Amino acid sequence: MRIELEKRPERSVLMAWASPVIAVMATVVTGGLIFAAIGKPPLQALWIFFLEPFSSLWSIEELVVKATPLILIGVGLSVAYRANVWNIGAEGQFTMGALMGGIVPVFFTSWQSPLALTAMLVLGILGGMLWASIPAFLKIRTGANEILVSLMLVYVAQLLLDWLVRGPWRDPKGYNFPKTVNFEDWQAMPIFGGGRLNLGIVLALVAAVALAVLMRRTMKGFEVRVLGEAPRAGRFAGFSSDRMTLFVFLLSGGLAGLAGIVEVASTVGQLQPNISPGYGFTAIIVAFLGRLDPIGVVVAALMLAVSYLGGEAAQVALGISDKAARVFQGVLLFWVLACDTLILYRLRIVRSAPAAEGV
Amino acid sequence: MDQSALLAVLLTIVTASTPLLLAALGELVTERAGVLNLGVEGMMVMGAVAGFAAALTTGSPHLGILAAAAAGALLAVPFGVLTLNLVANQVATGLALTLLGLGLSGLIGERFVGQPGVRLQKLQIPGLTDIPFVGPLLFGQDILVYLSIVLAVVVSWVVFRSRTGLILRAVGDNHASAHALGYSVIRVRWAAVLFGGALSGLGGGYLSLAYTPQWIENMTAGRGWIALALVVFSSWLPSRLVIGAYLFGAVTILGFFVQGLGVGVPAQLLSSLPYIVTIAALVVISTRRGRARADTPACLGQPFVPDR
Repeated sequence: MRIELEKRPERSVLMAWASPVIAVMATVVTGGLIFAAIGKPPLQALWIFFLEPFSSLWSIEELVVKATPLILIGVGLSVAYRANVWNIGAEGQFTMGALMGGIVPVFFTSWQSPLALTAMLVLGILGGMLWASIPAFLKIRTGANEILVSLMLVYVAQLLLDWLVRGPWRDPKGYNFPKTVNFEDWQAMPIFGGGRLNLGIVLALVAAVALAVLMRRTMKGFEVRVLGEAPRAGRFAGFSSDRMTLFVFLLSGGLAGLAGIVEVASTVGQLQPNISPGYGFTAIIVAFLGRLDPIGVVVAALMLAVSYLGGEAAQVALGISDKAARVFQGVLLFWVLACDTLILYRLRIVRSAPAAEGV
Repeated sequence: MDQSALLAVLLTIVTASTPLLLAALGELVTERAGVLNLGVEGMMVMGAVAGFAAALTTGSPHLGILAAAAAGALLAVPFGVLTLNLVANQVATGLALTLLGLGLSGLIGERFVGQPGVRLQKLQIPGLTDIPFVGPLLFGQDILVYLSIVLAVVVSWVVFRSRTGLILRAVGDNHASAHALGYSVIRVRWAAVLFGGALSGLGGGYLSLAYTPQWIENMTAGRGWIALALVVFSSWLPSRLVIGAYLFGAVTILGFFVQGLGVGVPAQLLSSLPYIVTIAALVVISTRRGRARADTPACLGQPFVPDR
C-alpha cells in the first residue's frame, strides 16, 4: 500500500482555506505528543500553551505587542517570497534598523522634539534597506545566491551591534553593562492605555493593508506575482527580474528595519546585545502560515505570538523549557508546507505497487 | 614563527575544516541528485547534540559518532517526505528543518549545558606519530579527519567513475529522462537526502566530540550555511570541496592567530570573518557566471512528480 499524488484540475479553494487550519491542529497534536514524551501532562500543557494567552486582557495586549514585529517583517517577506526572491536575513535587517535608529538616542540625546522619534523610525527603515540592499545588489551584479548572502549578514549585523554596545556606544554611566543609554520618553513609541500596547501595531496594520492593496489592485502587485510564478512570461511582458529583486529586498528590509527600531523604542528601551527572540526567523513561518498574503500574515502573526507567550507561561507553570516554543514553530512550518500540497494535489491510497521499479 | 607554533596553527586548521568538509560533502551528493536541502545547519546541530549525549551516556566517543550520523539522517526524513513525496517547496522546507533542528537540539541539550564532554582521541601510531612536525600532522589526527578525506575520494570516484554516480547525476541533471529510462527518481533522491543528512550529522558531531567537546546551544554558529556556500564554491566537485573547506578553515584560524599577536582588532570583527569571507567567495565564484551556471545540476531545487 502506498500513497500517490494526483494533480487536481485546478487549485482547491476549500483547501486553500482549510490547509492552515489543518496544519495548526496537527501542530497541537504533535505538541501534545512532545509534551508527553518529555514527561509533562499533555492536556494541561497544551491548555497553558495555546489557550491561556487569551484568558486575560493583559495577555491579549501582550499578544499584540509580540505580534507587531512579526507582522511588520512577515508582510514584507510575503511579498518577497511571492516574487520568488528569498530574503531570509530579516533578522539582520531588523538588527540594523534598531542600530541605525539608535543613532538618535545615542548621539542626539538632548534633542527633545517629536521629530526625534520620526527621525529614528526613518533611520530604522533606511538601516534595514541598506542591509537588504547588499544581497540584492550582489545577486543582480554577480548572481551570488541571495539566500546565503542575506543569512551570512545576520551574523555580521549581530556582531556589529555586539561590538557597538560593548565598545563605542556603551552607556558611560551603565556600570559597564553592555548597553547604550536608556531611550528617553520622547524617543519611545507612544503608548495606548497603561500597558505596553503602542503605536507599533498601528504601523504594522497600515503596512499590511498597504501591501494587500499593492498585491491585489496595482500593476506592481501583478508584476510580483508574474515574475514569481512564471519568470519567462514576466520577461516577455517587459518586467525586469533584477529590478524586482531590488524592489522586494528594499521593501522587506525596510519593514524589518522598522520592526527593529519599533521594538527597541518600545519593549526594549535601549540597545543591547540581544534585542530579538528570533523575530526575523519566526516571521518566515508567519509568512508561509499566512499563505504569503499580507492579511493572512496578520492572523498568522497573532498565532505565532501565542507560541511565544504560551512558551513563557508553560515555563513558569510547568517548568517546560522555553525552547519548546522554537520546536513548535519549526513543527508548525512543516505541517503548513505539508498541508499546502493538498491545495494542488489529491492524495490517493494505492493498494499495492503494481509497476516494477528500476534502480 | 617557530615550528611548534606553526604546528599548532596547522592542527587547528584541520579541526576547523573537517566539520565543514563532512557536511558539505553530504550536501554535494544531495545537490547532485537535484535536491537543495537548506536544512544542513539544523541537521548539523542535531548531530552535535546527539553525538554529545550518546558519548556522555555510554562513555564511547565512537558511539557518539554513530549517533550523530543517525540523528542527521533521521532529521532528513521529514524533509524527504515533504519535498520528495509531497513535492513541497525545497527552500521553505529546508528552512523549516533548520528552525526545527535548532529548537529541538536546544530542548534536548538543555540538561547537558556545562557538562564536560567525551573527547574523540587523536591517533597515536608508535613511531610514525613521533616524527617531528610531520608526524602529528599526518599520522596524529582523529579518525573523523581521515574519514572525511577518504569520503571525499570515495564520493569523487562514485560520482564520476561508477554507474551509481551516472544514475545520480542523471537524476539531478534531467529527472524526466532518468525516469523515462526506468530509474526511480524519488528513490535515488531519498538515498541522496539521507546520505546528506548523515554526513551533516557527522559534521555536527565533530564539533561536540572533537572541536570543542561540550554542548553549547546553537554551537554550529552558521557552519551549516557556510557548508552550503562551499558546495557552490566547489562547483559541485569533491576535489575542489576539500581545497575550499581547508582554505576556509585556514582563513578563519589565521584571523584568530592575528589576534593572538596582539593586533588591536575587535574580537567581533574576527568572529565575523568567516561570514564575510563566505560572501566574498560566493561573489568571486558567481562572477564567472557562465561557468557557475554550467556546473549547477540542472534540476537543482525542482520537484518531480512521476506521471507513471
